[in-house]
Amino acid sequence: MLQNCDQLKKENNMKVSVVITLKKNVLDPQGKVIHQTLDGMGFENINEVRQGKYFEIDTKESDQKKAEKNVEEMCEKLLANLVIEDYKIIRSQ
Amino acid sequence: MISSVITFPGSNCDRDMDVALKKFGFKNKMVWHDDVELPKSDLVVLPGGFSYGDYLRCGSMASKSKIMKSVLNFAQGGGKVMGICNGFQILVESGLLPGVLLRNKYLEFICKNVFVKVNNKDNSYFKDKKKEIYEFHIAHNEGNYFCSNEQIKEINDNNQIALFYSDENGNINEKSNPNGSLQNIAGIFNKQKNIIGMMPHPERMIDPALSGEDGSIFFENLINNLR
Repeated sequence: MLQNCDQLKKENNMKVSVVITLKKNVLDPQGKVIHQTLDGMGFENINEVRQGKYFEIDTKESDQKKAEKNVEEMCEKLLANLVIEDYKIIRSQ
Repeated sequence: MISSVITFPGSNCDRDMDVALKKFGFKNKMVWHDDVELPKSDLVVLPGGFSYGDYLRCGSMASKSKIMKSVLNFAQGGGKVMGICNGFQILVESGLLPGVLLRNKYLEFICKNVFVKVNNKDNSYFKDKKKEIYEFHIAHNEGNYFCSNEQIKEINDNNQIALFYSDENGNINEKSNPNGSLQNIAGIFNKQKNIIGMMPHPERMIDPALSGEDGSIFFENLINNLR
């Protein structure tokens, strides 16, 4: 019985994945160094590397729209700095 | 003159700032980040360090801490707020100052003395001083000032740049820019000039035996201007 309850709880949760990337006009020195290193390793067909951040947020919310809206607010208030970064929800399930 | 220095978890220049402020006549109080109320102050200082281990983005967590609500109210009411290094990062993350501080252009932690040139003397921090070039210490990994085209236009239009990185003769160029900062910016004000954020540490230059005296000149001038 308890196990079933836990399972039900898990099924109600939404997991939202969000990617944060630097805006195009912002210098990304780390991405540049990664590009150079990959180049040195023989991966010579790269145009550019940009480094970003990825978050998985497991929420208690069961409604997908509400969960995504909530994560958008988190991005705007804390997870991303909108002067230099963009955010994109890539998956919620 | 009463000052308050806020200590965040990971601040490490808070006690240096306390020593510097007291040496030049401030009655200083240390305030914990989890406190809600700010003591009555003439100056609030956000010190340098690595608040919250620089997690997520430097200063981002500290800018949401409990005491910052009171700091925001104090600043928006015209109170004098000074952010040094990590304190500058906290001020931009809290929205009190425009822009952001990115990773240094050449990906190095920079720890050395630099020269900065004062751009604007119409404020409590640099008023009434003939001195234009100061030698201060910098120690940071994320001091590369950046903002949008619209923001930099507004900053220049309102004369909000406080300090430029320069050489000892006051030349402002790429060679005298240690971290890739936009327009060699080392410190900026808000529009009203009551809030200043700067990467250099004046509190590290207050003892002629250990460093230099340019920090002493800065603090002496500051307390005189606030009186």
